[in-house]
Amino acid sequence: MRPEKTFMRFRLILLASLISIVTSLNTGFAQNLLMIRVENPFPETMVALQAAIQAQGYTISRVQRVDVGLTKSGYQTDLYRIVFFGKADEIQKLSLKYPTLVPYLPLKIVIFAEGEDTLILANNMTNLDSFFRKRELRRYFRQWSHDTSRILERVATTAAD
Amino acid sequence: MRRININWAINVVSLLLGCVCSQSVFANNGTNIEKGLSLYQQHCFVCHDSEGRGGVGTPLSLSSFINSVDDHYLSQTIRLGRPGRVMPAFESLGTKNIGYLIDYMRSWTGIRPAAFPSDPVSGNTKNGQMLYQKHCANCHGKNGQGGQGTGVTFSRTRDLPIMAPALNNKGFLQAARDTLIEKTLTEGRQGTPMTSFTESGLTKKEIKDIVAFIRTFETTSEHKENQIKLASESPVIVRESSYDLDQTVENLKNSVIGHNLKLIRVQQLDQGFVPENSGNKKQIIVYSCGFNFLYEALKTDPRVGLFLPCRVTVVEHKGKVLVMSVNPKRMSALFNNNELDDMCNQMHDTYIDIIEEAIL
Repeated sequence: MRPEKTFMRFRLILLASLISIVTSLNTGFAQNLLMIRVENPFPETMVALQAAIQAQGYTISRVQRVDVGLTKSGYQTDLYRIVFFGKADEIQKLSLKYPTLVPYLPLKIVIFAEGEDTLILANNMTNLDSFFRKRELRRYFRQWSHDTSRILERVATTAAD
Repeated sequence: MRRININWAINVVSLLLGCVCSQSVFANNGTNIEKGLSLYQQHCFVCHDSEGRGGVGTPLSLSSFINSVDDHYLSQTIRLGRPGRVMPAFESLGTKNIGYLIDYMRSWTGIRPAAFPSDPVSGNTKNGQMLYQKHCANCHGKNGQGGQGTGVTFSRTRDLPIMAPALNNKGFLQAARDTLIEKTLTEGRQGTPMTSFTESGLTKKEIKDIVAFIRTFETTSEHKENQIKLASESPVIVRESSYDLDQTVENLKNSVIGHNLKLIRVQQLDQGFVPENSGNKKQIIVYSCGFNFLYEALKTDPRVGLFLPCRVTVVEHKGKVLVMSVNPKRMSALFNNNELDDMCNQMHDTYIDIIEEAIL
């Protein structure tokens, strides 16, 4: 394929990806999982993801390097990480009031390489709504779900730029 | 003689109609393809890659696949998905949108094969079963359950382009007409491990027998309709410890090791969010990992990271010490993956064992 054609196709795909994320924002998060593919290598996408999480007002508490643990144990894998994030006040407040929510905290996003692309996925936190059935929590779940989608959208936007 | 002429005339008309149809598909549907691309990006791209090369999902643009399945197969597959095999059902897209998607997918190769006749293929199921076990079961499973795992990232490299489909899957059986299965068996799929059975020496009759046997999966196979059961599971496994928090955490660490898991880390819930030594010491997380199990789980479904890492939480709340973990059974209901359901059952039992050993 000619370079200019490849470039045009790349732009089109990124544009369509953005549209799809925005569309999903408008459809009330019907999906169980929020998932995007970014046609950028893992290291750049990881940087973009961390920046997007922080730009959304969250703190990253830790990055779990799943691939490193697997490799040390003798397994071959692509790069595979889990980014934990949250807001201190929310975590402190909600964990005290709703202790059974603690196993689901902090929030997390999974990021892994797939060849030259990178896949990012997160739980649609509105799923927890049916788990816990608390009005106060519902507001948080919706907010987390919205924010997670915004984070993914930011990563896709960064890739498009 | 007249009979031959009529047949000849029918063939010519069919050929002309075929040409007209395939021209109409690609001459006037630029807009449809654009709409299809947009829908593809929205619903398919993330798993199947921008050009259908596969990933979490199977490679769709493989020419020996896309050029040998008809629109009926594609539309039914999109509509019904593959229950329990990751591919979700996109029933809500509607016929029109599914048509756009197919138009887009057809644009990869520019070929739209003619529809396979819906006539059933009859054969000897008993002989078909014997032949199936000999020639097909190795890849497709004894009961037609298909190859293990999904995607290309962990479970297979990109040079093995396709996973053996689950022939007993309700979605597959409704999408694939007998004649399509027959053709696949006859010709194989170039670039995949699926070889031509004709070239392997099977007769047309024997191939029909296999088709007839595969069709019996429709009545014998039961899709694991355990989603409702899973959805009724509690989201959290919770037990109350008879020990104080510190002792419970110590017990938990020993229990984790006793279950052949590697103890990764013990930390407060709010670690990383608040300055060191200022957090809540009554909310402790014990992280652990069984790397072999983890690797197998990632091979089964690369999305499994949402369960990771294995962790048990100990919380002191209103004078009680609670030991908790997410309930993998409940989580697995979100993934549409029967294989993962089985692993989640196993994980659930392991969590229960670890927790109960720590609190008793």
